[in-house]
Amino acid sequence: MLKIEDLHVYYGGIHALKGLSLEVTDGQIVTLIGANGAGKSSTLRSIAGLVKNRKGKILFEGQNILGKTPEALVGMGIAMCPEGRRILPHLTVMENLMLGAYIRNDRDGISKDLDWVFELFPRLKERTWQKGGTLSGGEQQMLALGRALMSRPKLLMLDEPSLGLAPLLVKEVFEIIRTINAEGKTVLLVEQNAYAALKVAHYAYVLEVGEIVLQGTGEALIENPKVREAYLGG
Amino acid sequence: MSLDMFIQHLFNALTLGSLYGLIAIGYTMVYGILRLINFAHGDIFMLGAYFVFFGVTLTKLPWGIAVILAVALSALCGIVIDRIAYRPLRDAPRISALISAIGVSFFIENLGLVVFTGLPKPVYRPDWLVEIITLGNIRILPLALIVPAIAFALVMGLLWIVYKTKPGLAMRSISKDIETTRLMGVSVDKIIALTFGLGSALAAASGIMWALRYPQIHPFMGVFPGFKAFIAAVLGGIGSIQGAMIGGMLLGLIEIMAVAFFPALSGYRDAFAFILLIVILLMKPTGLMGEKLEEKV
Ligand SMILES: Nc1ncnc2c1ncn2[C@@H]1O[C@H](COP(=O)(O)OP(=O)(O)O)[C@@H](O)[C@H]1O
Ligand SMILES: [Mg+2]
Repeated sequence: MLKIEDLHVYYGGIHALKGLSLEVTDGQIVTLIGANGAGKSSTLRSIAGLVKNRKGKILFEGQNILGKTPEALVGMGIAMCPEGRRILPHLTVMENLMLGAYIRNDRDGISKDLDWVFELFPRLKERTWQKGGTLSGGEQQMLALGRALMSRPKLLMLDEPSLGLAPLLVKEVFEIIRTINAEGKTVLLVEQNAYAALKVAHYAYVLEVGEIVLQGTGEALIENPKVREAYLGG
Repeated sequence: MSLDMFIQHLFNALTLGSLYGLIAIGYTMVYGILRLINFAHGDIFMLGAYFVFFGVTLTKLPWGIAVILAVALSALCGIVIDRIAYRPLRDAPRISALISAIGVSFFIENLGLVVFTGLPKPVYRPDWLVEIITLGNIRILPLALIVPAIAFALVMGLLWIVYKTKPGLAMRSISKDIETTRLMGVSVDKIIALTFGLGSALAAASGIMWALRYPQIHPFMGVFPGFKAFIAAVLGGIGSIQGAMIGGMLLGLIEIMAVAFFPALSGYRDAFAFILLIVILLMKPTGLMGEKLEEKV
């Protein structure tokens, strides 16, 4: 579904991604793990069209999408749930979700997906008319996930969805990711919580200072001594 | 002062306040989204009045049609200004766009001076707007009733767009987080263009009505109303549409009533607004309806 070949990203003098290549297979959960500053967000942001200074190839369903605008990419079926959730605090839960469905005009489809999102996140339904900013951290993450789903994406990219959540909520978030994937969405998941991410992932990449240093199935990487030492606390 | 006189002054204040408020909305909407003070906004107000003037005198269009065309053309001018002078600077430091705005404003005013000449032009006014009517002991221009009514209708229409439509949702979203709004599939540049269009249309409507009230137009007629409307926007809390209208009304009220009660002060009329600005900035920098705007990162 998605294939990145030799992607470079620069911020001024910083060479943040140095020839990254990876592949996301249709129907899978693929995760990208790595320390803070490794370039995980830069990868997702490049795919979403938010990074200006980059070169290489990003193929989505066979088409090179490098250079396309974020809005065009949403239309092609790529949705991103950004780092730090970035819900709109002054808009209601419903408005946030409708913003997610901005590119769509199929009323029936939208209301069906809305029902689905409320089924996934019953707590959002109770808070439909509340302002986003009044939600708890966990609820805001649910809202960010639901909002991304409202565009009915083929590829859902999640940037550290478990960041800053209590352990119980972290577990819930990974459950939800599994459910979303089971319902047919391909997921590209970026995480610092390496263990949980490797657990749910079909395939995984390890990123270190802008380069992929390891890859393999989730299970294989959990067993890998280098990964255990560097990311799973020995 | 008799009650009748007071009511007459009140209507004058309402008219002036509506006109300030309509301009202030454009300042506030653009600032809310781009954190940019669009100095050229007062010049759109002026252009609106001139477009009607030329529509009526040169093309002999019926007045009503000329008004509608002038509003549309002014909206287009606002969009073009954004496209040429501000959009290329979206990623530049904010001061660059501000300087560009000042440049555009000088450019339009001086181009006006060349094209329209500096000679004030008399404006055509339909009789039904300016034949004084008497209600009891109150003598009043129909204009003083119609201007606030039109302003009210326009603001209601605008609020409907902002709070009940999809582009309106996008506008409110952009004002907090442009990048995330793009991630939702919104073409931010189109929404910004729409914002400039709507704000400019309202400024033009204000300019056209201003020219009916004070029926002489000149290329610099937008400067002072523009400044004052900007003050009204700050007074109401910049970023808030309702605040802009309230700020405009307050400013209109203060100006008219101060002169009505203290005729000796009439020479200082234009100073009130600026004194008010200083007082607000000292007392309540976020304005009456304003929430604290966090710095954009
Ligand atoms: N907007 C930016 N400007 C300058 N440097 C940046 C910017 N965004 C990221 N970087 C740098 O690029 C590198 C990768 O960052 P990022 O992709 O955010 O990593 P991660 O998401 O893995 O923490 C870091 O060294 C970071 O400091
Ligand atoms: Mg990151």
